[in-house]
Amino acid sequence: MAVLTEEQVMLREMASSWAVEQSPVTAFRRLRDSTEGLQRGFSKDHYRQMAEMGWAGILVPEEYGGSSFGYLGLGLVLEQVAQTLTASPLMLTAGVGVSALMLGGNTHQREQWLPAIVAGEVIVALAVDEGSRHHPERIECQASVCEGGWSLSGRKAFVLEGGIADVLLVAARTEQGVEVFWVPAVTEGVIRHDRHMADSRNCAEIELRQVVLPEEARLAELPGEQLLQRLLDCARAGAAAEMLGMATQAFAVTLDYLKTREQFDEIIARFQALQHRMANLYGEIELMRSAVEAALSAIESDDDDASLLVSLAKATACDTLNLMTREMVQLHGGIGMTDEHDAGFYLKRARVLEAAWGNASFHRDRFARLCDY
Amino acid sequence: MTAAMNDKQIAIDEFRAEVRGWIAQHFPASLKGKNNAFAAIEGGVPLSPDQEEWRQAMGEKGWGVPTWPAAYGGGGLCGKQAAVLQEELANAEAYNPIGGMGVMMLGPTLLEFASEEQKQRHIPPICRGEIRWCQGFSEPGAGSDLASLRARAEDCGDYFLVNGQKTWTSGGQWSDWCFALVRTDTSRKHEGISFLLIDMRSPGVEVRPIQLISGASPFCETFFTDVKVPRENLVGELNQGWAIGKRLLQHERTNLSGGGGNRVMPSVSQIAKFYVGVDEQGRLDDPDLRQRIIRHEMLARSFRLTAQRVMRDAKNGGVATASSILKNVGARITQDRAELTLEAMGMSGLGWEGDGFNEKELAATRLWLWGKAVSIYGGSTEIQNNVIAKRILGMEGE
Repeated sequence: MAVLTEEQVMLREMASSWAVEQSPVTAFRRLRDSTEGLQRGFSKDHYRQMAEMGWAGILVPEEYGGSSFGYLGLGLVLEQVAQTLTASPLMLTAGVGVSALMLGGNTHQREQWLPAIVAGEVIVALAVDEGSRHHPERIECQASVCEGGWSLSGRKAFVLEGGIADVLLVAARTEQGVEVFWVPAVTEGVIRHDRHMADSRNCAEIELRQVVLPEEARLAELPGEQLLQRLLDCARAGAAAEMLGMATQAFAVTLDYLKTREQFDEIIARFQALQHRMANLYGEIELMRSAVEAALSAIESDDDDASLLVSLAKATACDTLNLMTREMVQLHGGIGMTDEHDAGFYLKRARVLEAAWGNASFHRDRFARLCDY
Repeated sequence: MTAAMNDKQIAIDEFRAEVRGWIAQHFPASLKGKNNAFAAIEGGVPLSPDQEEWRQAMGEKGWGVPTWPAAYGGGGLCGKQAAVLQEELANAEAYNPIGGMGVMMLGPTLLEFASEEQKQRHIPPICRGEIRWCQGFSEPGAGSDLASLRARAEDCGDYFLVNGQKTWTSGGQWSDWCFALVRTDTSRKHEGISFLLIDMRSPGVEVRPIQLISGASPFCETFFTDVKVPRENLVGELNQGWAIGKRLLQHERTNLSGGGGNRVMPSVSQIAKFYVGVDEQGRLDDPDLRQRIIRHEMLARSFRLTAQRVMRDAKNGGVATASSILKNVGARITQDRAELTLEAMGMSGLGWEGDGFNEKELAATRLWLWGKAVSIYGGSTEIQNNVIAKRILGMEGE
């Protein structure tokens, strides 16, 4: 894993100040309470600004208008904007969507879609799971050969950003095994049902009723199973980067509160019982940071142990953010239970990201299998 | 890749070839795969002629302390070169024979605080692994509250007269010298402490080993009765030793995480596969133990990644606050590892000595018991948490 380059440090600082100035938690609160929030789950205006700063094209080669910054660079941005709970489809679009085209798409598809993604005009979502828990090996959605291409039928459950995505990356079973399909959401037969989740972000169930697609809709440049694993790992590492930002901020807010709250005529930060809990959380978050950065770097350089490090990062992120958000509420006491306070936002978003693309238990098992036990 | 990066890569490749050649020439084949790290901790075991030859070779080259300045006998290597050296040692199944407290703690402290004369005198023998140092910090009444120490050093002009008792002196019975915190002013607590280097062969020094639950005696009680210590052995200013001691403890904490990140030892999962067996899917045949081993091995991996991150940040001149957590996390990993190994081995992991157990099983018992010390020595877990909360998180209030 490399030390951050000057450019990466600048990128991180730019993302950090943008989040603080343009997208503080109060902006997320306003969004949640607005019609736009209810219908879309993210701010169009914010996403336009992100695209203008070049973030939607972080992974895109320069020939298609991107900056070719790499996965660690994207992770740095995701971490920073997640600190203030910025609602955006950046991770799935700029991370997973772009990776799908770069790893599995042909030249024509790249030319057609990448510039639009860079411009912030196209949003991508990943439709893999068909039930409430992550089981990438249990895909029943069918893709059969038909005249002129493919016909897809099935259901995809809890597709994050699925209700607003312009393109769905759909994992479906063919006679040869599982393949990944590039499915524009406007295609006939794609029916979306919104799922209103606790984190107030976009989520949908996707019905695919004999959705007819051209031959090239199957992303064919990598074997399907391998492509699916790579895309899932991109999503997992991206989610872990967001979770790192959330944990860091939840910790900072909680620490701040302990230093101002007085009880028994004392600042409660002076109590050793609380000091030791914070010291422990501090350590857990440092370990989480190491794991997340290693996973992002491993994806960037396509290391052999990338999957192992991604599972390490996602499991660690799930456990640590779970603990941090519970402690955030508990250490705030009554005020942490109120909707007026931000703690609840962190708690709710945390659990959605924990459940997405494999929870801690899933990734522990995967880690052990990859280590051959 | 830019041209400059290319040049750097070429320089590193050349260095690697040089290191590989040097190791092939100097590392005795008989020592292949035999790490004597334990001998360094336990001490007292005389080196074999081959071990002695390897120590001398590495010592003269300065590669036992690869990043220390060459002017004092160190290797003068940059971080990248030092990493290459470590990799090549591992590839050749060789080990670094230069270690101990001189390397881990005292050397870096002297480089920062000592006078030029003191550096010239004390650092080169550390680089060559000739002088064994021990630590005279803790006392029976000064453990976690180290600054309450009472061993007295009376200022007698040319020399100090030292009286008092130190305890938990690691390897005291085999040490040549001791670096100690002593009280030079009884009217003030932290500001009345000085940092002294004491020759363990001085008249009035007496050492008694303490037997531990693991059966070994790596620690001693050390008694000082009217010991004369020349004034030239005072490091830093009189009554300014606390800051030096604290810095030394930082080095100790970074190094004494108990090998939590040790890659060389077989993983617990591999040990457990042997004793527990696997199911038809190749998973450990004890789901509960498997889950706990996974958590442990994930933590160990994150720990290693964090240690690497701390080193990288330090090399780049950054302040790696993450280093403060390494001691506690490392201790947790070391102890979990020992407990899980024991559990996987069943009764075979509980042998004390004699027939019916293999070498690894007997070692598991001793390591498990010895490992309990890791969260106590060098600042207990609780003290580390105090330090993190107060120094890093600023939780002292106004």
